Amino acid sequence: MPETAAQLPGAAGAAQAAEPTWQERYGVAAREVYRRTLLELARTDPRIICVDSDMGGLETLFGEELPSQYVNVGIAEANLMGVSAGLAATGLLPYANTLSGFAAARACEQVKIDVAGNNLPVRIVATHAGLSAGHYGPTHHAVEDLAILRTLPNLTVVVPADAVETEYAVRATADLPGPLFLRLGRAATPLVHEEPYEFTVGKARELRAGTDVTIVATGPYPVSMALEAARELAARGVSARVLNMHTIKPLDREAVLAAARETGGIVTVEDHLVAGGLGAAVCEVVTQEAPCRVHRIGVPDRFFDHVADERQLLELAGINPAEIAAAAARLAAAPR
Amino acid sequence: MADLAHEVRELVLRMGTTAHGTHVGGSLSAADVLTVLYHEVLRLRPEQPDWADRDWFVLSKGHASAALYAVLAQRGFIDRTELATYGAPGSRLAGHPLRRLPGVEFPTGSLGHGLSLASGVALGLRRTGRPGRAFALLGDGELQEGSVWEAAMNAGHHGLDNLVAVVDRNGLQISGSTEECVSLEPLGDRWRSFGWAVAEVDGHDLGALREVFAALPDSAGRPTVVLARTVKGRGVPLFEGKKKSHSVQLTPRLFQRALTGLNARRAR
Repeated sequence: MPETAAQLPGAAGAAQAAEPTWQERYGVAAREVYRRTLLELARTDPRIICVDSDMGGLETLFGEELPSQYVNVGIAEANLMGVSAGLAATGLLPYANTLSGFAAARACEQVKIDVAGNNLPVRIVATHAGLSAGHYGPTHHAVEDLAILRTLPNLTVVVPADAVETEYAVRATADLPGPLFLRLGRAATPLVHEEPYEFTVGKARELRAGTDVTIVATGPYPVSMALEAARELAARGVSARVLNMHTIKPLDREAVLAAARETGGIVTVEDHLVAGGLGAAVCEVVTQEAPCRVHRIGVPDRFFDHVADERQLLELAGINPAEIAAAAARLAAAPR
Repeated sequence: MADLAHEVRELVLRMGTTAHGTHVGGSLSAADVLTVLYHEVLRLRPEQPDWADRDWFVLSKGHASAALYAVLAQRGFIDRTELATYGAPGSRLAGHPLRRLPGVEFPTGSLGHGLSLASGVALGLRRTGRPGRAFALLGDGELQEGSVWEAAMNAGHHGLDNLVAVVDRNGLQISGSTEECVSLEPLGDRWRSFGWAVAEVDGHDLGALREVFAALPDSAGRPTVVLARTVKGRGVPLFEGKKKSHSVQLTPRLFQRALTGLNARRAR
């Protein structure tokens, strides 16, 4: 059962003097919050095993406090997935740590056959997703990971919108009986959530109500850009609904169909190829059940060999609030 | 034991008569190893396949499924009559093992996965304090997959002495000799250099196989690899040492010839 905000640390009433503020708690990279949360969970759940592939830092964080719940397989992603599947088969809960591109592409077959194929409770936690690796270059970008992994049966695919949602997602999936792919970025991103809320796997969160058009976004910058676009649209008299589609699989079909039926169209936003990701998943739902106009915003069909940071790469890809607002305004103005 | 191994070979040939045939050569080369493992070595409860204290077996060379199904039937995991359904629509006996078949821990067939899986199991058993061991049977051609060496390096480093790899060293792969394709020798030295204890044995000498497996773990603090020197198609003169035996569909006439050869070889 997914946990609700009421059960989460930081959710209870007024903060004590010694308690860190919301910003102090979450104003760091999502992957740091993940690590902290996993360590907290692992202290009380001996089934949790942190499986490292030389990510850096886990060897001290886990290796020093919970050495019996830590194993480093080195720079070997195929083996990482196979070993994790084997651990899970013996009743343990392995968290396989790697980069998103390495999980989805390099070790794809092991994820497909050994993890997803066996429906084992392996949690693949992948950082550097989308264009978040920035100046590291296209070898470290992962803009095809959702397209690949959302096709695999049994695999739950979650993309937190910020560090807060990362903690909620890690806690909510702790007892998931099947495999999980948790898609994280690299550096800190703007906080979308300023207070506790209820996170449920597979249920999109409406961040803003609207009736003229719907913006469906996944991932840190896409979601915060969608909100910014909605504010711009509101100033122009356009009422835009904003959905944070944090779970790509299973997709919240009801939320998508409601958007298709109740608003003038859907704009999807993702830090992922236009092909195969969130936009494609939304199209698959509406074309069969509630045809509507869909405009997909994402990374175009090309490799990014520019040296730039994440924000600049997104801008180069045409992923920004102005593009989102323009597309949404067109859909809102079109005859229904 | 020799009777059981003989029966495994006969059952493999029978499965080879089904519509799609089977991987005869690699099943026959592994027949003696599988017979000894399933009848003497592995601690299993056929009536309770998920028994917590069992040994785990992973058929990394999943294409030798027919030989695995034969020993699973002998041990009572499945009924012997089910073997006739091999490869047929609706059967549980696929060309490569399915996990839903009792006794199969993981589906295998894509080469280079089994040693990682068995390593994870060995780690998990160690972590949870269970007495079981993890065995993986690999083909020799399979050793050309890089992931095998990721797993070997890792298992050696972590000193998984409850892990045993068995290599069915029959020397042939689809295109011919392993040494002509991409050579594997000196194979024992390669494993040793990855931190493994190495045992080399005639993979068709039932007594020698028993002795090797009885001595496991070979070395405390190290995983063991058993290099079983075998002959592809072993036991059936028609197929012995022939690369064409890799995958065969046996017509009734071919089956009779093969069976006659098998029985004659045994009578000698």
